[in-house]
Amino acid sequence: MWIKGGTIIDPANGIEQVGDIHIREGLIAGVYLTGCAETDDEVIDASGLWVLPGLIDMHVHLREPGYEYKEDIASGSRAAASGGVTTVVCMPNTDPVNDNPSVTRYIVEKARHTAVIRVLPAGAITRGLKGADLSEMGLMKAAGIVAVTDDGKSVEDSSVMRRAMEYAATFGLPVISHCQDRSLSASGVMNEGDLSSRLGLGGIPGIAEDIVISRDVLLAQYTGIPIHITHVSTASGLDIIRQAKQAGVRVSCDVTPHHLLLTEDRVRGYDTNAKMYPPLRSREDMLALVEGIRSGVVDCIATDHAPHAKDEKDLDFDLAPFGVIGLQTLLPGVFRLHREYGIDFSRLLACVTCNPARILGIEGGTLSPGARGDVTLFDPEALWTLTPESVLSKSTNSPFLGQEFAGKVIQTIVAGQSVYRI
Amino acid sequence: MNWPHKDLIAIQNLTADEIGHVLDMASSFKEISKRDIKKVPTLRGKTVVLLFYEPSTRTRLSFEIAAKRLSADTVALSASGSSFSKGETIMDAAYNVMAMAPDCIVIRYPSAGIPAKMAELLSCSVINGGDGFHEHPTQALLDMYSLKEHFGRIEGLTVAIVGDIMHSRVARSNVYGLVKMGARVVLVAPKTLLPPGVELWGASVTNELDPVIPEADAVMMLRVQNERLNERFFSGAREYSIFYGLNRKRVEMMKDGAVIMHPGPMNRGVEITHDAADSARSIILDQVENGVAVRMTLLYLSMGGTANVD
Repeated sequence: MWIKGGTIIDPANGIEQVGDIHIREGLIAGVYLTGCAETDDEVIDASGLWVLPGLIDMHVHLREPGYEYKEDIASGSRAAASGGVTTVVCMPNTDPVNDNPSVTRYIVEKARHTAVIRVLPAGAITRGLKGADLSEMGLMKAAGIVAVTDDGKSVEDSSVMRRAMEYAATFGLPVISHCQDRSLSASGVMNEGDLSSRLGLGGIPGIAEDIVISRDVLLAQYTGIPIHITHVSTASGLDIIRQAKQAGVRVSCDVTPHHLLLTEDRVRGYDTNAKMYPPLRSREDMLALVEGIRSGVVDCIATDHAPHAKDEKDLDFDLAPFGVIGLQTLLPGVFRLHREYGIDFSRLLACVTCNPARILGIEGGTLSPGARGDVTLFDPEALWTLTPESVLSKSTNSPFLGQEFAGKVIQTIVAGQSVYRI
Repeated sequence: MNWPHKDLIAIQNLTADEIGHVLDMASSFKEISKRDIKKVPTLRGKTVVLLFYEPSTRTRLSFEIAAKRLSADTVALSASGSSFSKGETIMDAAYNVMAMAPDCIVIRYPSAGIPAKMAELLSCSVINGGDGFHEHPTQALLDMYSLKEHFGRIEGLTVAIVGDIMHSRVARSNVYGLVKMGARVVLVAPKTLLPPGVELWGASVTNELDPVIPEADAVMMLRVQNERLNERFFSGAREYSIFYGLNRKRVEMMKDGAVIMHPGPMNRGVEITHDAADSARSIILDQVENGVAVRMTLLYLSMGGTANVD
């Protein structure tokens, strides 16, 4: 397969130039920046389009097994493909929890048969996500997990977290930490501040997140084991990470598109599609996160794609579950950051390609010869609007419903196979 | 004044002129309750549904009496006797009620935002009877009416609101309204019961009650909920009553003509002692009486009544 005449952007190799890409036997065979010979292979005309490494979303909830009414591996993978995402890391808070190799094998097998993209499971840190006994990390790694996390909860006990990091490092597994001091977040449902008081909703203070970020960074410093902080939402939390990085601590982090593009103002009107953990924060927080991308303190952008059925979200703000979907709007959201803040697109693209690949230690995220033939074709000129009908997930709980986006995914190729085409 | 609102959800949405209009009109509605035959045909043929998803005696009774005195038909539904206890969601319940074509729904709900959502989605009038920690607009309007009735004005009065500001929709609605009407509001509470951003509400804020008492024209005590004790917002009823309770000593410190208010239900012995609650300064029962008149006004305005109240 040849993809000809597009603008190739490959942050891993510092490439941003018009050229052709040759994919053979599922792998990138070569990138030709100066035109090349005629061919009998399938040719995709990419002129006017951007040709990108397939995106890696290191934080999604595919809900299978257990919550197939919200999403399943097949539907989630189709949503991902339509957003230009060719690899997802799926979180372990399924039912049963992915805390042992038989659940891991179920997910891997199900993905092999039903997913149109690469699905890589993350295993639980503790059995049943209960924060006490370590899960079978070694056996799960052998079955296919690429990281461990108790996402949705923090490991509250610091001693358990320390041992979890040491145990995970034994098997070469990265640890992804969801930071939330539940005694502080308590019954809160939105960012704590003037607006929560005015709306009469319980607040979640930023320190509920920052305190645990601090602890995990200190554990990483003490043990020398890397830690990845997921969905950072506060300026102060990002500051802790910045300082730790400057001190040489092996800490990395990701931020969600909704925290980069929306503020707590979105909660006015009590739209439950603006309810997620961590909550949408202040404008100052949002701008600090955007600045963190520009400065490089933020390593990755990940969606925390969290489908919930309409019936569940149609409750009052207090009762509706936390979480929003995001796979289909990942690349358009990233592109919006480029347009609105003038952040170099290649830097943004690294946050959804080579950076997560590096942190997870997985293949992909680049167009280097020999890499996986995962390619996304993107039309930066196209305008489109996210409507409930255009959502490919089983759930439509997006905070971006009704919004117009510039930039649209035209075609997604996974291991040399076209899996989505407009 | 042409009343521009289909619904009454929040004092935050009303202008000072609109609040003034409600207070002016309420006087003529109050007169109806003093008649021998306490009923006018103003809302004949209208149906008012009272949906109460939280316990209430005063507010529910007050709305029901208000509606009946205007000849509206009323149906009251409480959480325990409804399909809410069978797991039906509030919006399903609302659409079902709507299908029976009421003209107005009065809704009390334990969490914030549902009255606003119903107002947005339903074609009938929606009146907020209190939602979570958000607002209790009819309570604030009857409190303002009571102040105006007693003092002849609101502008320039100093009103102290004492207690659990954080979890109080009554305090919020009162602050928004009183500040709009030109009163000086002082909020008194321990730091644990002050919500974030309270300093932006236009009221002054203090942790000490005693210096406030002699300046206040009205001292409004808020109910202490037992659940706050369990959540450790303060150390206990004994210490609370000593620092933040209204007792005889503090009543004696109040200035001449100053009044005591309470939205009810009172926790006697915690935020207010019996000699304060029952003192000559108390206008607590006037508040209740005025509640009927203010709610008659609001039902009338929301349903776009045109008939003369006489």
